[in-house]
Amino acid sequence: MSLRFGPWSVRLAPRALVVGLVLVLVAFAVAVAAIATGEFTVPIPDVLTALFGHGTPVAELIVGKLRAPRVVTGLLVGAAFGLSGAIFQSLTRNPLGSPDFIGFTAGASTGGILGVIAGGTALQIAGGALAGCVGTAVLVYALAHRGGVQGYRLVLVGIGANALLLSVNSYLLTRANINDAATAGAWLTGSLSGRGWDHAIPVAVALAVLLPVCAFVSRPMRMIEMGDDAAKAMGIRVEAVRATAIAVGVLLCAVATAAAGPVIFVALSAPQLARRLTRSPGVTMAASALMGAVLLTGADLAAQRVLAPTQLPVGVLTAAIGGAYLALLLRKDRH
Amino acid sequence: MALPQAARLSGSDLTLAYDQRVVAAELDVTIPDESFTVIIGPNACGKSTLLRALARMLKPRKGAVHLDGSVITSLPSKEVARRLGLLPQSSIVPDGITVTDLVARGRYPHQKLMRQWSRADEAAVTEAMRATDVSELADRIVDELSGGQRQRVWLAMALAQETPILLLDEPTTFLDISHQIEVLDLCADLHEAGRTMVAVLHDLNQACRYATHLIVMRDGAIVAEGEPAGIVTPELVAQVFDLRCEIIEDPQSGTPLIIPEARRRVTTTA
Repeated sequence: MSLRFGPWSVRLAPRALVVGLVLVLVAFAVAVAAIATGEFTVPIPDVLTALFGHGTPVAELIVGKLRAPRVVTGLLVGAAFGLSGAIFQSLTRNPLGSPDFIGFTAGASTGGILGVIAGGTALQIAGGALAGCVGTAVLVYALAHRGGVQGYRLVLVGIGANALLLSVNSYLLTRANINDAATAGAWLTGSLSGRGWDHAIPVAVALAVLLPVCAFVSRPMRMIEMGDDAAKAMGIRVEAVRATAIAVGVLLCAVATAAAGPVIFVALSAPQLARRLTRSPGVTMAASALMGAVLLTGADLAAQRVLAPTQLPVGVLTAAIGGAYLALLLRKDRH
Repeated sequence: MALPQAARLSGSDLTLAYDQRVVAAELDVTIPDESFTVIIGPNACGKSTLLRALARMLKPRKGAVHLDGSVITSLPSKEVARRLGLLPQSSIVPDGITVTDLVARGRYPHQKLMRQWSRADEAAVTEAMRATDVSELADRIVDELSGGQRQRVWLAMALAQETPILLLDEPTTFLDISHQIEVLDLCADLHEAGRTMVAVLHDLNQACRYATHLIVMRDGAIVAEGEPAGIVTPELVAQVFDLRCEIIEDPQSGTPLIIPEARRRVTTTA
């Protein structure tokens, strides 16, 4: 199916469009449900009026100050993790090439724990996570670099870095005093609880800047999935595209981790789920981002409600939901 | 000497190396326009390396490859991709991709962010699939095809690129004999339709049969080049392949046919 307006033309995959639309609707529905329910239920019409700024004072407080920032942070962080995962899985041609497996998230954790132990503020902990993630990525990239970076080398070096950093993290936790260790432990699971607009805005800014870059590199990246030679023969500057994509992927992962902690499995499962739902060849960026947003907000909603009034950190749920769904899809793949 | 009718694709004074290992030194090579050039030689003679250098996959340590009078690396990469195509030795089939979608990827150098699927793109893909006889496979998943079919699909992708020059790195490796002939016949058709074809091949007899211009390499140097019938002699084969042989005329094509010397000769009984 193709669409043409004068000199403009695109090729459309109807299934991918439908899946994208459905994911947007699901994300919206989950977001409204998360805002409406809780200890104090806000009727859905009130949620909508409050969101658009004409609600009762109580509704506006609960919706605008307490629940909406958390939901929006969840949507943005989920999208950032989904995109970051899509980028690295495409670059490494390997689902295990996700940032949560090749050390980036572990590096962010190291930075975060150091921030906690140093008695830092929330902002400083986030800064530590950001620095830890970017630092690890630079190191992994440098170690994997040998006249250009090959995907499998990035995965191997990354898995090594991941193991090393996990042991550093455990060591730091054993050396920390009991209060710091508890705080760090909670942060390490990844959580959206208590997230305000000051968490959401940096992620929103990062996405606003990086999304156009993603759109620009996604087509050449799809070509690189066929091999460096095949892509070069098509006139793609492989190393430039790859370096740009890595920078974008690392920044997305770093910003997301700084906002919500190292929530695992979203970056791994969102692109895989998106790919299977859209049935498109290779990794798809837009669907992965939407899937990430749905997964994280969905998991957060479940984390708040499943054992209410006990609140679980969202990281516990992402692993469970994402893992179960992925296992189900893989089983279907086998026919 | 004034520049003679310069060929579109040539390399001068090429020194080619991977890391520290020099594969070929001070190589001069010219691909005659509208030829079907075949590069041949024993394993590790540098034939694929030369092809990769001509296709700008490998940056020469010294010297330069010229395309239409310009140093190839000085031209915009996408511009080069509209004039010169390459079928690499091995490419990765994206998971779950259909034949049409893979062939359509060959249009990349002709597309822009805002112009991703013009009528020209569609026409080129249809024509490439017709020429390679994969039209009936259009909606099949590439992973599920046979080796010969898959190679035809890769060729269709390279054809959709619509380049006047097409380079092929061992296009017949991993194919059985009938599929080898099928792919080479297709290459000959493309050559007859006006394209300049350059292929690295393993089989000397196939090279002699299909090439209009043969480049014979050994140890990173060009030992002989020219029309197969003019250069392929028992001496050349002995020098390049360390093989003693007899050369007869191919009864089908009239080109040189190499018959390796048998370990045990047939003795005709009186």
